[in-house]
Parts: sequence; structure tokens; C-alpha cells
Amino acid sequence: MTDLLRITDVEVEYRFRGRGRVRAVAGVSLDVAPGQIVGLVGESGCGKSSLARAAVGLTAPSAGEVRYAGRPVTPLGWRRRPGAEIGLQMVFQNPYASLNPRRTIGAQLLDGVAETVTGAARRDRVGELLDRVGMPAAAADRYPHQFSGGQRQRLAIARALAPQPKMIIADEPVTALDASSQAQVVNLLVGLVRDLDMGMLFISHDLALVHEIADVTAVMYLGRIVETAPTRELWRDPRHPYTRALIDAVPQIGPTPRLPGTLAGEVPDPANAPTGCRFRPRCPHAFAPCGDQPPTLQLGGRSAACWLNDPTVAPAAVPAH
Amino acid sequence: MAPLLDVDSLAVTLPGPRGPLPILHDVSLTVDEGELVGIAGESGCGKSLTAQTLLGLLPPGATVTGSARFAGTDLLGLDNRGWRRVRGGGIAMVFQDSTAALHPMLTIGRQLTEHMRVHLRMDRRAANRRAVELLDQVRIPDPERAMRAYPHQFSGGMRQRAAIAIALAARPRLLIADEPTTALDVTVQAGILALLDRLRAETGLAVAFITHDLGVLSALTTRGYIFYAGRVVETGPTGALLTAPTHPYTAALLGARPHGTQAVGTLRPIPGGPPAPGEAPPGCPFQPRCGYAQPSCGTAPPPLAPAGADRSVACVVRPHLEVATR
Repeated sequence: MTDLLRITDVEVEYRFRGRGRVRAVAGVSLDVAPGQIVGLVGESGCGKSSLARAAVGLTAPSAGEVRYAGRPVTPLGWRRRPGAEIGLQMVFQNPYASLNPRRTIGAQLLDGVAETVTGAARRDRVGELLDRVGMPAAAADRYPHQFSGGQRQRLAIARALAPQPKMIIADEPVTALDASSQAQVVNLLVGLVRDLDMGMLFISHDLALVHEIADVTAVMYLGRIVETAPTRELWRDPRHPYTRALIDAVPQIGPTPRLPGTLAGEVPDPANAPTGCRFRPRCPHAFAPCGDQPPTLQLGGRSAACWLNDPTVAPAAVPAH
Repeated sequence: MAPLLDVDSLAVTLPGPRGPLPILHDVSLTVDEGELVGIAGESGCGKSLTAQTLLGLLPPGATVTGSARFAGTDLLGLDNRGWRRVRGGGIAMVFQDSTAALHPMLTIGRQLTEHMRVHLRMDRRAANRRAVELLDQVRIPDPERAMRAYPHQFSGGMRQRAAIAIALAARPRLLIADEPTTALDVTVQAGILALLDRLRAETGLAVAFITHDLGVLSALTTRGYIFYAGRVVETGPTGALLTAPTHPYTAALLGARPHGTQAVGTLRPIPGGPPAPGEAPPGCPFQPRCGYAQPSCGTAPPPLAPAGADRSVACVVRPHLEVATR
């Protein structure tokens, strides 16, 4: 088996007193191979972060399974994390919250360095980690508040790298940063994946960014993945109307003002998801078969969950794209 | 015809722990009636402070020089009563964080009608009627019901549209929108941009749109200003500005964006960071990060000088700039 991270039919449910259950992730399968960057895009509330938390073991899935390097990921509890799962690490959106404000950077990096590394070698490892993320060794003796947002995110990445992970899950890692810091942090993450042959699940609502870096892109809508394809193909020839709408909504630079395409309606409340295809109420191409949930159709190296791709039911006159 | 808003050589200095900090230097900009103007730059470049100055929201101890005229009124000479007349009824503002901009414990209806009753002296009935119209105009579904809703019952996009409705309540002539779509999804952002463009077309509203996203700048506005370290470094028609920049900073900002080229690592970050207020180098503020800097850049900040049709640039080198085509 070549997949480093294998997510199979994962569901994540939250229970609310008086309101019953909300299924934030409603059956998602996704694989990441070593050296591969998989981008996961979708609007806020679509379940991207819930999926990320389940994938790294911060939330227990209510159904389905997450396997890392062939072993099932155990949800985190009070017990320490099994050694075999330490190679699975996460980078969070907000570097102001993910670093402890009261401890030095060096102390926080040391937490992640394996116990088998002892003595002066531990201190050397901290220096190497800082060097990897382009920060000076002197940063080890300083506190998080002494750094800018972009620097803090690089330090948070160094913290994630400390246990020498094989797989990184990055949940909106550059959303809180300025364009120029974004570019630095993104280049850093991409460089690490290529150099260290890690796998990365890169979660973002910024389509243009995912387009730039991901080998494969998965599009999520209301708890389900509606389309997965090699990034370039997805962008050139989307096979799900929601993917098309997302791409059209990205503002482009051009010689004259041109408003991006709009999508009717709002993302429905996941507690009250539409029956059949969940995108149906907002879809410009909705037709009779959409009353039934579309299966994920394999389309030669890519897949999409839309009836328009099924030649047995789709009218020839309605193109999926 | 005189522009609706005419800012000339505006400079703002804020009190700092170690003496006064100059934040804005020699900022000149205009907005015409019914025009969509963009203001872009990295965080800390003075975009938001410019907006605060135009609404009389500067912190105590700030010193302001230069001039800012709005529809014939000298904004910088206003007293509190004068500001109250301008805010809401003349210039209105929409902020990035609609959650913070709306009062969590008052209904949307109450927050909408308050403005009209104060600024337009409407009675409750007329104000309610107009509030429903406004909510409908910003495409909030079921406006009658939305009037009774509280902000937390709305999605982020709906809250921002409600904030725009509130800003429009007292019929302002200029709307200053400070990063109103930055926290929103692209699909929701597209809806807000379309809304602002429609309001301009239907009511002649002028919009000054502050953003760090050059894509948004290009999609919405006809004229743009690029800010760096409290100065305007380049200005002109947005399309020309972004497809053929003449300032190295504008070109660098464009280079740092994703281009969809899918050659990994092609994002070109701008080395270093912008100078902190009061720590700008003596010459061109961008010079330490600029790949085209020459000894002459280090003497004095270059003034904005004409550079082609309706364009100005603050750069003495004026290098030939290679720009990615997308």
C-alpha cells in the first residue's frame, strides 16, 4: 500500500443538547501519498476543519476510519500519543493560538524532539529546525510575542517538524497572513514536502493558492467531497457545477474591471441538509435525478459526485462544465 | 466638476511611547461621485488610518496636516457636531469584521432604523419601511423576518450585507469599505462585490474600497492607489496599474500572488518587511526591499510624478518591469 494517509468513509458528528446531531462530515474518502500535496477546498462550514481534526486524531470520527502508515489513527485522549503516530503532525490556522505565549520558542521545539536524542544533540536539533524554517538560532531564547505573524507561523511549522513527521495536515496555515508572508510560508511548506518526501493535506478556502501548489485537489461541499482531480485538470475542466462556481468566483486581474461570477443562495445549515444532491438548491443545472444522492463516479484518474457525468441519466444538452 | 472627496497632502502623526510617530505622509487622493476607487497595500501601510482620518476617528493626540474636503466641506476643521452630520449621512463605513461592527444584543431592524431616525428624522413607520427595502436591496432573504433577527443568527456573508445596509441607511454619498470581504469565502465575496457595483450603478454611490487583494482591486474598481509605508507610491486606472505597473512595489505585490502556473515554488515573496512607523529609511521607503534600488534612491522620498495617461508613480529609477501575464 502506497498511501501515507488513508481516510475512508469518515463521518464526524457533533451533538447539541436540544438540537440533536449535526453531521459536519458526511462520508469522506481521501488519500495522500508520500511527497504528494493534496489540497482541500470549500466554503467555511463545509466540514474541512472537522475532517482535518478527525484525520489527525483530535476528533473521533463517528463512522469510517483514518489510517496513517497503514495503522488506524487513535483519537487523542489523556494518554500519550502512540509512538507510531508521532509522524502525523498538524499546523493550525492561528499561530497566535498554537504557540504557548509563556514559554520560549526553544523549549516548545524541544517538546517535539524525540527522547532518544540526548544532551547537546537536542540543542543542535533546535538550531537545525529553526534553520529549516529560515529563522535565526537566536530565536530559540525568545518568546512568541517577539515575532510577527509570518515568523510565528514559521515557528509553528518548526514545532510541527520537531518530531520528524512524515505527514503534515495544514489547516488554513496562511489565511491569517499578509500576501508576502503567505508566499514565504507557502514556499516553505512546499519545499519541505519536496525535500523530505512528506505528504501534506493543505486545507484552504483560497482556491488560487491551492491551484498553485497542490498535486491533487479535492472540493468539499456541506460535508461531502464533490470532486477530486489532479489540480490542473480540475481547474481546466471542472466536472462538478460547484467546482465551476468556486473557480468563477475568484477575482482575476485584467485590463478592465470584471466582476467574479456569483452563486445563488447560501450554504445550507448542515443540520438541515437538502435531500439528494446537497448542492441541488443552488445548482444552475439541477434536473430530476438530483433528487437522489449522486454516487462518486470514477472518471479515469479523477472523480465527481454529479449526475451530469452519468451518460445513462444526463441529457446530452446539459454540459457539466 | 470638483471631486466628491478631495484629499491633498494629508499627513498624520500619532503619539507613540517614544515621541510622535509619522504614519501618513503626503497622501493625495480623490473620489468622484459614483466612482469605485481602490486602495491597496500590505497591513500597516496606512490604508485604514486614511479611512479613520476621513471619518474623524483618529485617536486623541493625533496631529493632522494637509487638507481633506468632502462635497465642499473641510473635514479637518469639523467639530463634533459637524462630524456627526458627515458620518452616516455623508460618508459611511463598512469594516472587515462585521461581527464586531454590529451590536450583538440589538435586532438588525433596530440597528438599521436608528440611523434613519437620527440622520433623516424619519418616524418609526417610515424608517421600518425603508429598512425592509434596504435589506431587500442587499439581497437578504425574507427581510421582514430579518428585521427581528439578531446578528448571530446570520451567516458571515449575511452579516456583512446587513452592515452594508446599515451603512447605507442614512443615504451616504461615499461608502468607505475597509477590507469588507477579507474574512469571507470567494463565493460570498463575489456577491458583495456585485452588490457594491449595483449600488453604484443604481444610486450613484461612490465607493472607496480598501483591500490587500489585487484580484479584488482589479475586478471591482476603475481607479486605484497603491500604498506603501504611509505613502501613495503609484496610482492610475486599475487595469493599467495591475497589468503594466511602473513601481517596483506594485510589481512585487503582483509577483507574490499565486499565478496558476503550477510550477511549484513560483510565489515570489518580497524580501524583508515594511518599515515600522518612524523607522523608514531617509530615501524611498521601499528601497531596502527593492531589486532595482540605486544610490539616488537613498536621498529623499521620491514624489509622485506623472507616468503616462492619468498615472503617477513615486520612483526615480523607473526600471523596466517584467510582470506575469495572469
